[in-house]
Amino acid sequence: MLSSKIFVDKLRGNGFDFFTGVPCSLLSGLIAELEADQGIGYIPSVREDAGVGLCAGAYMGGKQPVLLMQNSGFGYSLNAFTSLNLIYNIPVLVIMSWRGCGGNDAPEHIIMGDINEPLLKTSGMEYSVLDENNADQVLTTALKKINDEKVPYTLLVKKGLFDERH
Amino acid sequence: MKGIEAFEALAPLLKNEPTVLANGFISRAFFNVTDRKENFYMIGSMGLASSIGLGVALAQPERKTLILDGDGNVLMSMGTLAMIATCAPKNLIHIVIDNEVYESTGSQRTLSHEIKLEEVAKSSGYKQVMRVTRPEEIQPAYEKLYQAEGPVFLLIKVEPAFDASQGRVTHTPEEIRDRFMESITG
Ligand SMILES: Cc1ncc(C[n+]2csc(CCOP(=O)(O)OP(=O)(O)O)c2C)c(N)n1
Ligand SMILES: [Mg+2]
Repeated sequence: MLSSKIFVDKLRGNGFDFFTGVPCSLLSGLIAELEADQGIGYIPSVREDAGVGLCAGAYMGGKQPVLLMQNSGFGYSLNAFTSLNLIYNIPVLVIMSWRGCGGNDAPEHIIMGDINEPLLKTSGMEYSVLDENNADQVLTTALKKINDEKVPYTLLVKKGLFDERH
Repeated sequence: MKGIEAFEALAPLLKNEPTVLANGFISRAFFNVTDRKENFYMIGSMGLASSIGLGVALAQPERKTLILDGDGNVLMSMGTLAMIATCAPKNLIHIVIDNEVYESTGSQRTLSHEIKLEEVAKSSGYKQVMRVTRPEEIQPAYEKLYQAEGPVFLLIKVEPAFDASQGRVTHTPEEIRDRFMESITG
């Protein structure tokens, strides 16, 4: 288990200062931590693609944004990534829950669970699978991609990694 | 009024406000009227001019920020109106060029001949909304909304009459981003 509070502190410590997303139960602890923080806060996006747009604008306005979503929202936001972020070189840190990982989930998650990694790869979206022990290392990689190459970077989150609060 | 007349009336009113433009003819026609480094020409990601503009406005609360949107774009992302209203950036002006069609793809009808988008914005919670139909109304409406506390919404009804022979935006996406960011931060 990775503590949501500790991970949010790491994000802040690494300069991330703008948070939005569409909830997933796997990310409920993270969102609760962000919402509890009066200083930075969390903006509820109505759709994941709107979250991509919001983060792109915030980045160009000088923020370091983070977008939280379920992998189902990756489907909704694919065009936003391919026709906005990846052609203008607008980075964003995406924290994406990997529902359907290993084929063990509700029916609606199975296909996206199966194609999640290949879909990220084929669309040119670099990623790491976050686990209990690699948070500092993957954040360093993510920041390098974001700051040097100006591309989105995704952290995949499997069920049970974070404390869930629902 | 034609879309181009609306742009010709708007262009001289702009100062250094970051301006996010919807894809298709809106970016293209405005580029040909006035190419400024503050213009973020969105060439893909239909529907996202509004969320991009919201992000800029929230990141730069002291800078007036404009969105130059289209009716088809707004209808695609109507939920973003609710995000704008609840985030309530005081510095955001959302302008919609409403020609009641997807003109960029051959003028297929949208739904804005029946749906009053400024009323949707109003009931979503925008602080003030206005609708204009004549070019001479644009300046007073813009100036009024500019003074007002945002988010505000200006709907400009136009006929579908963009000039398809006009050139496309010549800057690369990266150039557009760099100029835009430089105009904001640097
Ligand atoms: C997701 C997506 N669907 C469809 C298109 C094709 N497309 C490009 S511009 C456009 C019309 C935009 O309509 P509106 O916002 O009303 O602007 P107008 O063309 O009327 O100026 C469409 C449908 C696209 N670029 N992206
Ligand atoms: Mg239109």
